[in-house]
Formats: sequence, C-alpha cells, structure tokens
Amino acid sequence: MRRFFLIAVPYVWLLALFLIPFVIVLKISLSDVALSIPPYTPTLDLSVGWQGIKEFFAALDFENFIWLTSDDLYWKAYLSSLKIAVVSTSLTLLIGYPIAYGMARAPQEWRATLMMLVILPFWTSFLIRVYAWMGILSNEGFLNQLLMWTGIIGEPLTILNTNTAVYIGIVYTYLPFMILPIYAALERMDGSLIEAAEDLGCSRAQAFWLVTIPLSRPGIAAGSFLVFIPALGEFVIPSLLGGSGTLMIGKVLWEEFFSNRDWPVASAVAVVLLLILVIPIVLFQRNQQKQAEADQ
Amino acid sequence: MTRLSWFNVVSLTLGFAFLYIPMIILVIFSFNESKLVTVWAGFSTKWYGELLQNEAFLNAAWVTLKVAVFSSTIATVLGTMAAYVMVRGGRFLGRTLFSGMIYAPLVMPEVITGLSLLLLFIGIGLDRGVLTIVLAHTTFSMCYVSVVVSSRLVTFDRSLEEAALDLGCSPAQAFRLVTLPIIAPAVIAGWLLAFTLSLDDLVIASFTSGPSATTLPIKIFSAVRLGVSPEINALSTIMIGIVTVGVIVASLVSKRNSVRQQQEEQAAARAQ
Repeated sequence: MRRFFLIAVPYVWLLALFLIPFVIVLKISLSDVALSIPPYTPTLDLSVGWQGIKEFFAALDFENFIWLTSDDLYWKAYLSSLKIAVVSTSLTLLIGYPIAYGMARAPQEWRATLMMLVILPFWTSFLIRVYAWMGILSNEGFLNQLLMWTGIIGEPLTILNTNTAVYIGIVYTYLPFMILPIYAALERMDGSLIEAAEDLGCSRAQAFWLVTIPLSRPGIAAGSFLVFIPALGEFVIPSLLGGSGTLMIGKVLWEEFFSNRDWPVASAVAVVLLLILVIPIVLFQRNQQKQAEADQ
Repeated sequence: MTRLSWFNVVSLTLGFAFLYIPMIILVIFSFNESKLVTVWAGFSTKWYGELLQNEAFLNAAWVTLKVAVFSSTIATVLGTMAAYVMVRGGRFLGRTLFSGMIYAPLVMPEVITGLSLLLLFIGIGLDRGVLTIVLAHTTFSMCYVSVVVSSRLVTFDRSLEEAALDLGCSPAQAFRLVTLPIIAPAVIAGWLLAFTLSLDDLVIASFTSGPSATTLPIKIFSAVRLGVSPEINALSTIMIGIVTVGVIVASLVSKRNSVRQQQEEQAAARAQ
C-alpha cells in the first residue's frame, strides 16, 4: 500500500502536469485558429456523446503543419536556430576545453577553488548574466569605449542586436556546462598515459591529440549536448541581445503566441521543435550506452 | 598532471576574466552617480535607495520568493519520492513511461513547457497567479531533484537498509533513520537547485503567471527590454552578492564536513 502511494503521487503529478499538457499542445496544433475563447476550434464537447467525439476528430487536420512549410519564416527560423546552436556550441567547446584542461592540470589544492569559480556564475541569475552584456556591447558600451581608446577602431562597432551578440551571450551563459563535464573527464584521466605516449616517441601535441582528446570524449559529448539543447530553444538571449534580423524558433513561438495570439500555429511550431530535438537526444543516449558498455 | 604550462595559465586567466569581468562591470556601475550607465560620474548609492522605494519591484521580489520556497519544497518531496521509486522501486506498470517523464522535462525547451502548461491551465479554467507558477515550477524542478537524489541513492550501500530492517526497523523507520541521513546532502542540494531554478525562471513564469502575480525576472525582463538602467544594476548587484555569499558558505560547510568525515574514518581505522 505504501509502495503504491510512493509510486502514484509523483506519477500522477507528472501525468497531469507534463504528459497531459503535451497532449493538449499536440491536439491544438491540429486545430484551427478561431475568434473565440479559447481562440481555436474544435473544442471537445462530451455532452453530445459519441457523435461529439467523432466530429471532434473529423475537424482535426494537419493544416498548421502545411502552413509551417509554406511560409518561409518558419523553416528559416528553424534553420537559423540550428545554425546558431551549432556555431555557439562549437565556440563554447573551443573556449571551454582549454579552461577545463588548465583546471585539470592545476595543483590539487587549487582545484576546489577553481571549481567553485566555474560553478558560481551558474548559480547567478541567467537573466542578469545576459543583461550584463547589454552594457558592454552597445554602441556607447565598454567594449567600444575600450577599442576606440586604444585606437584599434575609429568608429564604434555595432555588435548589440546582431547575431554576434547572440553568440557571445550563449557562449558566456552556457560555458560552465561545457567546462564541468570536460574537467570531470580530464581529471579522471591517468597522467602516466601521456608520459607513456611521450616515451614512445609522441611529441606533446601528438600525445594531446592521440591520447588526451579521445579520453575526454565523453566529457566533450556531454558538454556539447548540455549547451546545444538549451541553445536551440533559447528565447531570452535572442530577444535581449539579438536584433530584428535574429531569427530563433523560441522567439518565433513566443511572438506567435503572445503577439499574434495564434495558438494552433504556436503549438505546431512547438511540436516540430520537439521532433528536431529528438535526433540529438537519441544520438546522445546511444553514445552514453556505448560508453557504459565500454567501461564494463 | 600538475605541470601548468604557460598555455594553461593564459587560458585559465582569460577564461576566468571572461566569466567574471561582465559581472564586475555590472557591480561597479551600480554605484554610479549618473543615469547613463556607461559613463562614470562619481560614487553614489542612490540607485539602491530608489530600488527600495520601488513598490513594484519589492512586490515582485516577494512573489518570487514565495513561489520559490513553495515550489522547491514540494519539488524536493516529490523528486525524492520519484528517485526512491526509480532506484528502489523494482518493476511496476509503466516504469519506462515514468522514467521518460522524469528525464524529458530536463531537455524540454522552456518555451514548450510554458506553452503546454498554460494551455492546460486555460483548459481546466484555473486562474493564473501564484498557484499556477508554483505548479509549473514544481513540475520541472522535481525532475532535477530526482536526478540529483537518485545519483546519491545509486551509490549507497543497500545492505545498510537491510541491516536496519533485520534489526527490527519498520520500512518507514529504516528510511527515516538510515536512508534519509545518508542521502540528506543530495536532498539539500536538490532543494537548493530547485530554489535557484525557480528564482531564475523567466520563460515558464511568463507563460503561467497572470496579471495578479508578477515575478522578479518578468519585471526585470520588461525593464531591461527598454535598455540598460542603473536601478537594474543595483538589483543585480544585490542578487549576485547573495549568491556569492551563499556559494562560499556552502562550499566551506561541505569542505568542513568532508574533513571531519576523513578524520572519523581515520580514527575508526586506527581503532581496529
């Protein structure tokens, strides 16, 4: 009885507040927009019995999904979100790896402090960390002031409200997610493997490339996954740092829902975004499984 | 691996500079006299004064705190239950679905979680306010709690629980007296994580809040959209300060605990 209660409470909670809402999204994505409350049709009317259910299902169609393919705003937004997520994940990896590598080679007594310094920004408000860059990147901002003062540029650069600012924002906010798994993988690594490789005639660079990088691959995979997934659906960063030219699907969904009040199209956008996310999730899971098998 | 080359030193220095300089600039300019955030015009704490006068911000902060305390507490209870079921529950009907529902919210884009919950609340005619934000935050943060707690449950020795049961404990007593003290650090960490996630959340709160309940992130976001303001800098500085003190205290406490544990283990080893 107690076991039943223990399972049932979280189970029912997740069914009611995770699965059912998702089924509702799926259903509304197949409905049509209407000038009513709620602003879509059909609505399920159980009082007319079986006939009502039949009519309800007959009225559902894939019109919104066809609309998504015919209006090029949407597929451009998906493609541009993918591009921004891929580029910023790669940049985060390029910047995060040397930091994680330096941390793993630092003296033992520093490591706890370095770890804390990486984790601290993670606990700080995401919104504030994005906001901090608005003052730096604007035309009169610190970066332009610094560059003009040193004489590198004569005219202020326009960085805020461009895709460059979005890249900077994503790299900055998600960097800890990249550093921590790579650091964990590098720290576990046996240092004598590098010595063995060097004894056997590898140069430093070769040893790094042939031993260190392959051994840290699980960390690289986990870090990239942790950056890519949230970056793809990101809303805050493109809307604060990006400009009118920055197309990201999270922002499109938001505007479709709040500004255009087109719930069916917003729901269809959400369903397609999830379908896109399934691919990296499955790839990552398979990779994890392979890793677990290799460890055994 | 303790040979720091010049390359390591440079990458660590640049890396931490990149992580911290933006926040340091933010803090410095919260003490700026001028309304122009990018031009220094002398030291002043007037923006902190104005912030304390701003009713709207104070109300939003209060709502945010309430939501965070309630949602993280419920999420910790539910998440610990879910973790216990996943690790110790054995087989039951729909176990795969259950574990799927635990992990899916972790990778679900916030816009989708927010949208789907809003559509549910409208569908069942629940007025949006503090209650709906608490429900929404509890749902996604219980999944984080359950991941943190189950990673601790997996590593701990089950025979301790079995010994307690053999020695005459009821299952509830065994949980309270043996399991809970051992997983307590993970449960606390889970609560802190849930609390921070709730304080931090903008997107899901925007979807699930109504006009009667505005949280601090929603307030900050709508102010920031219009541009940089010194008042927001002051608010940010306060929040950064609280987090910094919290993280430093937490790491000192956990360091002291692990030192004490080591000493106890050494003492036990000597006694044998």
